[in-house]
Amino acid sequence: MVTNVRITCVKPRERGDKILSRGDWLICLCLLFFTACKPMISNVDKAIDEQILHFGNGAEPQSLDPHLATGLPESHILQALLEGLVGVHPQTLAPVPGAAKSWDVSADLTEYTFHLQPNGRWSNGDLVRAQDFVYAWRRLLTPSVASEYSYQLHVLKNAEAFNKGDISDFSKVGVKALDDLTLQVTLRAPTPYFLSMLSHSSTFPVHQGTIETFGEMDDRGNLWTRAGNYVGNGPFVLTEWALNRIIRVEPNAHYWDAKTVKLNEIRFYPISNITTEERMFRSGTLHVTNELPKEKIAPYKTKQPDRLRIDPYLGTYFYRFNTNKKPLDDVRVRRALAMSIDRQQLVTAVLKGGQIPAYNYTPPNTLGYTPEAKLVFDIEKAKQLLTEAGYPNGEGLPPIEILYNTSESHRKVAVAIQQMWKINLGVDVAIFNQDWKSYLSTINNANYSIARAGWIGDYVDPNTFLNVFLTGGGNNRTGFANSEYDKFIQLASTATNQTERYAYFQQAEAILVDQVPIIPIYTYTRVFLKHPSVQGWYANVLDRHPYKHVYLATPATTPSEATHD
Amino acid sequence: MIKFILIRLLQAVPVLFTVVLVTFFIIRQAPGGPFDSEKAVSPYVLEKLNERYQLNDPVHVQFGNYLVDIIQGDFGPSFTYPTRSVSEMIFTGLPVTFELAINALLVALLIGIAAGLIAAIKKNTAADYVSMSTAMIGICMPSFLLGPILILVFGIYLEWLPVSGWGYSDGDKILPSITLGAAYAAYIARLTRGGMLEVLGQDYVRTARAKGLAEHVIIFKHTLKAGLLPVVSFLGPAIAGLLSGSFVIETIFQIPGLGRFYVDAAFNRDYTMIMGTTIFFSVLIVAFNLLSDIIAVMLNPRLSYNEEQM
Repeated sequence: MVTNVRITCVKPRERGDKILSRGDWLICLCLLFFTACKPMISNVDKAIDEQILHFGNGAEPQSLDPHLATGLPESHILQALLEGLVGVHPQTLAPVPGAAKSWDVSADLTEYTFHLQPNGRWSNGDLVRAQDFVYAWRRLLTPSVASEYSYQLHVLKNAEAFNKGDISDFSKVGVKALDDLTLQVTLRAPTPYFLSMLSHSSTFPVHQGTIETFGEMDDRGNLWTRAGNYVGNGPFVLTEWALNRIIRVEPNAHYWDAKTVKLNEIRFYPISNITTEERMFRSGTLHVTNELPKEKIAPYKTKQPDRLRIDPYLGTYFYRFNTNKKPLDDVRVRRALAMSIDRQQLVTAVLKGGQIPAYNYTPPNTLGYTPEAKLVFDIEKAKQLLTEAGYPNGEGLPPIEILYNTSESHRKVAVAIQQMWKINLGVDVAIFNQDWKSYLSTINNANYSIARAGWIGDYVDPNTFLNVFLTGGGNNRTGFANSEYDKFIQLASTATNQTERYAYFQQAEAILVDQVPIIPIYTYTRVFLKHPSVQGWYANVLDRHPYKHVYLATPATTPSEATHD
Repeated sequence: MIKFILIRLLQAVPVLFTVVLVTFFIIRQAPGGPFDSEKAVSPYVLEKLNERYQLNDPVHVQFGNYLVDIIQGDFGPSFTYPTRSVSEMIFTGLPVTFELAINALLVALLIGIAAGLIAAIKKNTAADYVSMSTAMIGICMPSFLLGPILILVFGIYLEWLPVSGWGYSDGDKILPSITLGAAYAAYIARLTRGGMLEVLGQDYVRTARAKGLAEHVIIFKHTLKAGLLPVVSFLGPAIAGLLSGSFVIETIFQIPGLGRFYVDAAFNRDYTMIMGTTIFFSVLIVAFNLLSDIIAVMLNPRLSYNEEQM
């Protein structure tokens, strides 16, 4: 390739000749430079020897303080740094010992006694004591901390009153350290999903001494969460937090179950752009991505199916109706619209990510609960309902708009549904999008007629879905108010056995299907990429993957992994 | 010269004040607030949050407090990242964005000036047409297209260069610098060609050629300085543009620079962060424009004469 380059030391005769040679030199240098680059050894190539997991983690975490963190990226990291009273089984999500070695439950299901791990240690070597949990929960509920997830502990006796500032004596709240290793929790009512809630990062303990070294308990700007300051009781410790660049965690030598931990390090990359993330995966920079662009699903399915994961996920995609706005205040109109969406076609032709068409709200088999009441896809019936409501073939129907937060995928769904309503019912609806915060503001102020929504369960129990539509509930946002519905949810919360509870939930769900304040559209799946060398990582509906079980090995050693796809 | 600089600095004060004023009120007009989230925040928690960040005060009081704070150099805490101060975030992202901008500028100057010179010297030949068409494509090709193409070719198919990061593995700065520099290289090439052609057409150049001076002496010794004047005056806006316009590159290449903070802050309604970065970028733009004016004056005596009239 060097042959056609003129040598510059030859004295130029023609005008401009030498300049051109310099240009050639430049190109030549560039080419030399690029050809000198050898194929790189990627993160993933080295990882099995190093046991370093490279993890695409969505956005930059807003905080690593469990009482201030609200999002999933934060939760992914907190699950490594801290440990709640109970953990989850990596496959079944059943409660397993965490910071508590065991627990007793009173007969009326309102009092839990946790026995902490006798060798439970913070990363600085201190004993993890029951008092640490009392402190942490007091902090979560302290009004001036203004924790957005404080409601997680409202199931404790008097916790809500303390959180609202109605009482100021924390000793009245249902949590008490009987001694260093015994924690007694009193609930305001039987809560079958209480243990499941304890694996949520907002209920994790914090180290009082560390927090108070770096500031006040309620100081949101407290710097205890920085690398070097952070003291946790989880399987890993924070070793680096470079803003918008990387978060590194390494095994915590004091962790009570340190022998189970196999990884030497986890690196969390805050990658907000999913296309960038996919390229990083393809170049061997990442083991696991947070998401996958929709258009990449098909190529991975055909070329690298062992890297594509489509896992079940505990969440429902739905459309909200503003039930106070004409014509959607008429249940017949709502029903007609809900009955004329071909969900099957939507998931197979538009979404293509293995989603399950949803004809009711709670995802199927949520801790053994599958709603029985169902919407049907029945265009004739829908037309009839519309005619009954006074809008035959959609004539005279006041204008309706579908609002969605700006996203290509929400747009596709909205366009498909717009088409379906046009073709099936003759109804014209407009679609429009807003950026996330504007969209939230619009639905909170009920300025919409139909709005895209989603709900992801916090814990595996139908309650996490069904209590959303209680009258006046902060997340209801539809104007739906039904005292019968409220009654069934209330009855379920006091029911003493699961069969009875689920029966109440079924009745509540039937009201939702009958009154259609929302149109359930599909049950989410988690679509992402995972390198085959990642082992000990199982599909589960909460997308929880306790890192102490995760390790890296050549895929051939565990063929069983393939069965989870 | 000092008078000229002083006048320009004084002019900057009302400019910056206007930027602060307008931004402060406009961001509060945008629907949604910093604490709106998908899961509803209880009214009493929201109340505490607003109280904490002084969002309950009347807007003019908030503005007054804010002015007092920024005059003291305090840009406040970020609303989205409660443990980070705005200054900390700016100064974490800045070195990266700055380095990216400088690298991109070097790429732009190297390629741009070389291509522009070739085009000017070989005017109306194939070399001219090729380099100028390439430049035109470079100006038109958006970085969100060029970036992924370079990544696919050099990062994924050839596996020569890393596709992401900044200072994490060898060579990860090359692709982003080229991507960001490309559009500017193209622009500089056109400016260089124009500037050089104008100078090369002047009488003294013909005299020099008549005297039998070697072409490279004419180009590099006698005409380049004057021919590059348009490029020099473009440098100020170019640096400002490189610094504030690196968002797309930072996103494509996963670079922890300031641009991403800026755009995310707008989407998150992170009022203090939006204010901090806006003010910061405004100061940069004003400063670099001033700097390039000063350099232009230094290079061109005719401009400095005008200074007296200002």
